[in-house]
Amino acid sequence: MKLTEIIENSGEWLKGDGPHRNIVVSSRVRLARNLRSKPFPGWAKKAERIEVLKIVKSAVEQLPEMEDAYTENLEALSPLEKQVLVERHLISREHAAKGVGSGVVMNVNQSLSFMINEEDHLRMQAICCGLQLDKVFAMINQADSELEPMLDFAFHPQLGYLTACPSNVGTGMRASAMLHLPGLVMSDQMNKIINSVNKIGLAVRGLHGEGTEAMGNLFQVSNQTTLGEAEEEIISRLNDVIVKIIEHECNARQLLLQKKPVTLLDQIGRAYGVLSYAHSISSKEALNLLSVIKLGTDLNLFPDENRIVVDELFIETQPAHLQKGAHVQKMSADERDTLRASLIRAKLQVVPKPDIAKIATQPLGTTENDE
Amino acid sequence: MQCDVCQQKEATVFLTQIVGGKMQKVNLCEACSKNKGVDDPTGFALADLLSGMGAAQEIEKNPASQRCPVCGFTQADFKKTGRLGCSTCYEVFAEGLEGMIRNMHKGPEHVGKAPVAYLRSRQIDQKIKTLQSSLQEAVAAEQYEKAADLRDQIRRIEAGLEA
Repeated sequence: MKLTEIIENSGEWLKGDGPHRNIVVSSRVRLARNLRSKPFPGWAKKAERIEVLKIVKSAVEQLPEMEDAYTENLEALSPLEKQVLVERHLISREHAAKGVGSGVVMNVNQSLSFMINEEDHLRMQAICCGLQLDKVFAMINQADSELEPMLDFAFHPQLGYLTACPSNVGTGMRASAMLHLPGLVMSDQMNKIINSVNKIGLAVRGLHGEGTEAMGNLFQVSNQTTLGEAEEEIISRLNDVIVKIIEHECNARQLLLQKKPVTLLDQIGRAYGVLSYAHSISSKEALNLLSVIKLGTDLNLFPDENRIVVDELFIETQPAHLQKGAHVQKMSADERDTLRASLIRAKLQVVPKPDIAKIATQPLGTTENDE
Repeated sequence: MQCDVCQQKEATVFLTQIVGGKMQKVNLCEACSKNKGVDDPTGFALADLLSGMGAAQEIEKNPASQRCPVCGFTQADFKKTGRLGCSTCYEVFAEGLEGMIRNMHKGPEHVGKAPVAYLRSRQIDQKIKTLQSSLQEAVAAEQYEKAADLRDQIRRIEAGLEA
């Protein structure tokens, strides 16, 4: 399978359907594993990294679920191609910075992705749409169990799976969900949420995880600790918190509708206007305005069948996707802003003007049959 | 004041966070603070960064000259990167890591998934231990036939392991 196939097909997590799909963009579970007694990637010499890459990659490629997978060594990818994978959340920013001795293997529908020699020898993730943490855990747990007989994972009786950073030992698991929370942001409640979530040992981060800012009202909520709790417990605790955040988001939207309907409609109208007619738009502005259109769709102002157009634009308007789509290796920021605006203008032609007569009275952002 | 991360440039960003009643401070130069995402006003990365820095202070319980026999990693390397060299480092620097890991996590012991091979060997170890204590009891009670039988059982299990 080729990278072009990956790029041309948006991942299943973007197109699919799942519980609370409108607020929970995706659910993801990542496991970190290392080979016993082999130096961790950050400390290993080039030859040692190449050796580990060979061992781990061949094991991953043998998994039944990775039949016809896309597999590549990172030095074979251009910076632009790596960035595309980062924007798809298939590899991390840290992994994109690696070259010789690191690699990636992912399946056709992009629900499983294996980073080899990132911070750990193996970081594998499963991702799907909506709030389905149990499902993604089951997927990645199965892959881990299938790899176990083939790879000698470093495991310690007290500390569990050993990782390059002591903050990941134990389960080596990071479970997270990407949430779209415009209601909480518009009503200035996000900091309160972040603080209370932090207090119970969970983390809230921006669009691309650690150290990135929140754009497009998108936030990643994940577990912060990995030792002392079983995987299922961590996931269940995280799930409970996410369900509560969804409830708060719905309440915030309801309150905005009741107390500030003009502000809300004004923001949605302006977002539609700018996106439909702008000729130059930055990635950040585009994300923030697309988020408002997404909210408008949740409130019935735009037809539900156009939802995917907006969701795909979230990914397609990112810098590397734009450039890759235009088949240009180098582009100035101004050129990208122009191209981004024209792409959005073209795509939004199918989305009719916001219809204020249809505005929802119960903006639950999530359908009743979600449970 | 020097930057705690690169230990080269002058620190211009000073962060303080109180975690679990303990005050943690970290000083960064402009480049490292940007790199660590500290210029992000929402401060998402702060907790991650500080937990790593705290790590570097804790491990000093190990003698400075200590070196991992497998990968050659030292305490100074950990201080620089907040990462370890290989899985054996967890044994070598166990003393310094213990308190730090306890502060970092929900509990000191892993209670989740374990490799099947590990679980099997633990089960076998436990079985051998049980048989050995029965063997001692049998010898003490002068039940030599039973003792010989238990001894043979233990030998069979151990032979199976070697096979």
